[in-house]
Amino acid sequence: MTGERIRMIVRGAITLACAALVYEGIARSGLFPAALVPSLARVLAALVGGLMDGSIEAHAAATMYRVLTGLMLAILAGVPLGILMARLRPVEAFFMPLVSALMPIPSLAWVPVFILWFGLGDTVAILIVFYAAMFPLLINTWTGVRSVNPLWLRAAGAMGASENSLFWKVIIPGAFPFIITGLRQAFLRAWIAVVGAEMLAASDFGLGWVIFDAKEFLNADVMLASLAVIGVIGFAFERLVFGSLERATVLRWGMVQGAKN
Amino acid sequence: MPKIVAQRCPWEDSFRDTAAHSRAPPPTGAAMSIAPSSSVASTATAGKSPRSSGAAWGWAIARNAFPFVVVLGIWEIVAHRGLFPRRLFPPLEDVLAALVRLTQSGVLPHHALDTLLRLVAGFAIAAAFGVAIGIAMARSRRAEDILLPLVSIGAPIPGLAYAPLFLLWFGLGNLSVVLLVGFVSAFPVIFNTWTGVKAVKDIWLRSAQALGADNPRLFRHVILPGALPYILTGLRLGLAQAWRILVGVEMLAAVPWGLGWLIFGAREFLNTDVMLAAIAVIAVIGLALEKLVFERLERFTVVRWGMMT
Repeated sequence: MTGERIRMIVRGAITLACAALVYEGIARSGLFPAALVPSLARVLAALVGGLMDGSIEAHAAATMYRVLTGLMLAILAGVPLGILMARLRPVEAFFMPLVSALMPIPSLAWVPVFILWFGLGDTVAILIVFYAAMFPLLINTWTGVRSVNPLWLRAAGAMGASENSLFWKVIIPGAFPFIITGLRQAFLRAWIAVVGAEMLAASDFGLGWVIFDAKEFLNADVMLASLAVIGVIGFAFERLVFGSLERATVLRWGMVQGAKN
Repeated sequence: MPKIVAQRCPWEDSFRDTAAHSRAPPPTGAAMSIAPSSSVASTATAGKSPRSSGAAWGWAIARNAFPFVVVLGIWEIVAHRGLFPRRLFPPLEDVLAALVRLTQSGVLPHHALDTLLRLVAGFAIAAAFGVAIGIAMARSRRAEDILLPLVSIGAPIPGLAYAPLFLLWFGLGNLSVVLLVGFVSAFPVIFNTWTGVKAVKDIWLRSAQALGADNPRLFRHVILPGALPYILTGLRLGLAQAWRILVGVEMLAAVPWGLGWLIFGAREFLNTDVMLAAIAVIAVIGLALEKLVFERLERFTVVRWGMMT
């Protein structure tokens, strides 16, 4: 197992080193203008420079603020609504058609409308994140609550669980794997949406805006550096935050098995 | 293990690509984000009971229409109270008028057609390359070693972030849009194909080999059907992804035609009615994609072969 892992890491490193070399070769060959295909040294310099003068951190903080606020709103609205829809027939009958009509609309299609309604700035980005994150959360919560094993419900009921404890002790933990999956999907969608919203709604802060703005000045090095930062943050969130959330809850409760490796 | 109860619900099918299926084995080593959703949608296919009487149909339609009537009614009331300027918050008749006007003049169909063509072109690229790369990664150790690190690095970066880079490299216009859509939607296809081919049961392979299947036949009759549920899930996720970013990319890339551009351009003139009409068209296309393309495809292949119920 560990030998396999080491081998994978080594092979991965070799591949990446080769890819970097090929890229560097293309960049230095002069086939393409240096402004469009900057050498890795310049990308690294842009990255370090941005990190040192704090501008990347500031932009990343602005982006994170928008994502987390929107995500929080989506959790506050989506999870309770999902639970209600799963438990109460009339609620489901009312909201389900609306959800299925709104869900296929890409969140970014709303950006121009929201700009008109709310002006440029944070509000648009947060609302777009909310729209993008809402549906995965809602649908997964709904599916999760409905798929709680009825045997558990009856067993708990037979052992005298009250409505209240049935809800908190059986239904919520039972639905949790789905809710976490929903949260992960929601974050991914939110992460895409926020970058798009920042590009389109040109509020002058945020990583998406940095990339888009760099295009105007042909700063491909800044672009690639920001791209790397966006990738790292998204990856870290996915792995560290949601991974540990999963370990702390559903894995510990024995609801799902961990990955094989 | 939570067991999915097959509850009948008319909308169930349309959500299988978002619904979690946490019980399916997580793709091994697939670091990615797509992992949770990539598992095969194998649960609870709601049985469609043959209830074909007209009254039941009418009742179902009425029940589905009711929420829209309520919401649109509220919209109408708010719009007519004059709380917001009519240009920004147009009543429904304005939106409908815009829809009819643009359809009659042929502008809206042209926009929609161009968007669809881009979607198809980008998705075709993603499907062809994604499936090929995924199969190569699953069948050959070397290909996996080379490609997996690259794919794992490319995948977590949100697709739209590449947009300015593609615009710089390939210029404004169609080429950038199609390439970007293809590039971004290839990732779910790659991961799911890779997982699917790896998940083909060893015992099937060995028994086919013992029965004397050569490599091409092994591939066509065992590996491909065995991996198909995963591949289809990947294609569906890819198409959904392509659809989600296409509209945004159209806004950024300043293509001459396209629904995204229509919405974005209408903002300049405060034509909120046009924007909302275009969004309605987008919703219809999105719904049609899911309903007409993938549910059919799935029913004709994997369900019929008994790969999933």
